Amino acid sequence: MFDILRIEKPETLEAALKMLADNPNLKIIAGGTDVLIRMHNGSFEDAELLSLRSIAGMDEISILEDGTISIGAMATFAQIFRSDIINEHLPVLSEAAVSVGGPQIRNMATIGGNICNGAVSADSATTMFAYDAALKLISPVGTRTVQIGDFYAGPGKVKLLPGEILTEILISEAGYKNTGGCYIKYSTRKAMDIAMLGVSAVCKVSGGKLSDVRIALGVAAPTPIRCSEAEAYAEGCDNTRENLKEIGRYAVRASKARDSWRASKAYREHLIEILTFRALKEAVKRGGGVDIE
Amino acid sequence: MSEMKKISMIVNDKVYSLEVDIRESLLEVLRNRLHFTGVKQGCSVGECGACTVLINGTAINSCIFLAVWADGKRITTIEGVSKDGELSKVQQAFINEGAVQCGFCTPGLVLTTTALTESGRKYSDEEIKREISGHLCRCTGYNKIFNAVKKVLNDQ
Repeated sequence: MFDILRIEKPETLEAALKMLADNPNLKIIAGGTDVLIRMHNGSFEDAELLSLRSIAGMDEISILEDGTISIGAMATFAQIFRSDIINEHLPVLSEAAVSVGGPQIRNMATIGGNICNGAVSADSATTMFAYDAALKLISPVGTRTVQIGDFYAGPGKVKLLPGEILTEILISEAGYKNTGGCYIKYSTRKAMDIAMLGVSAVCKVSGGKLSDVRIALGVAAPTPIRCSEAEAYAEGCDNTRENLKEIGRYAVRASKARDSWRASKAYREHLIEILTFRALKEAVKRGGGVDIE
Repeated sequence: MSEMKKISMIVNDKVYSLEVDIRESLLEVLRNRLHFTGVKQGCSVGECGACTVLINGTAINSCIFLAVWADGKRITTIEGVSKDGELSKVQQAFINEGAVQCGFCTPGLVLTTTALTESGRKYSDEEIKREISGHLCRCTGYNKIFNAVKKVLNDQ
């Protein structure tokens, strides 16, 4: 038994927004794989839930006319991993999606829930940072779009305003076209584990030079982060082992890794340096560049 | 006094209409109300896979799936896998390969494997390992389970 006082299951987004406006205490529940476990652990009592599961169409993955990829917030990680659109245009997200939890969790957990939970370890968020994803938030007063980098406020905290629902995650064509990418999740176990560190690297390669390099880290700071110094350093760099190693060292500067029972600060910093190198090396290869030795 | 909600679901090809407590998980309703005790309660937090059932053919952990969400859904538990007293190919493969010891993880693994066979896809060894990774087994060391899953997928 979960400590639930009431649960609403609206069938349209409009109805959901109205219920949320009428009762600010409602807590949004999507796949339930985080919210119900937190309730099981007693994190909150007498929960009033607004379930988005009955709203049709919120899980659609499509390409808009201008090339933007739209991922419905209720798309599960299994849907993302199996999506032809994602596998063709955003293979790194597919890689991140299949690293989440285990198969049954991936059949339930949604990308929207994963982002709105604000978990520093969220596998999808790190990659969404690397792709400069935008979030479409709808409320009774209108629609706003925010960059994912501006959405995180701290561990477990996001800037979702009262009355708002995340409906879509948008990745512009400029964000993904002609890029190569790679996500590395580092964890003790190969399955059913939370990332000790996550690195998502995306780049373009032309004439042996790197451009538009984007490096995002999970579990390296209180929120997922981008490594701006490393990215600036990487712009125009030749694709050499020494340069990629140096970019890895620069990536550590953006981090605010800390000691936790999962790993020490020193170990995490070591991981950031090495895994950024490895992820970028693979991203270059996938982007059509030479695989350096 | 907690709220009750009426739901209607198909469990193993039979329609059930009942009032459920909104606080209940699908696991609790299936075990305690409908007596499908082949659905096992393990960790209760979606990690061990013992409570796995198929919802519209997709494997989920019923311990973290609210009973009210099952309204209008088609659910398969281990009790619904054999037909007319005949074991399914998956069940038979588990027996043939010696993949069953204490049996606690078996219902969930058989259901996940059933979903894999019904997907119509091919799976590499690595993919098989990935697809059954949401089930903890403390007896077998997994090799025999892996062999059973591989055999039934290859024999299709």
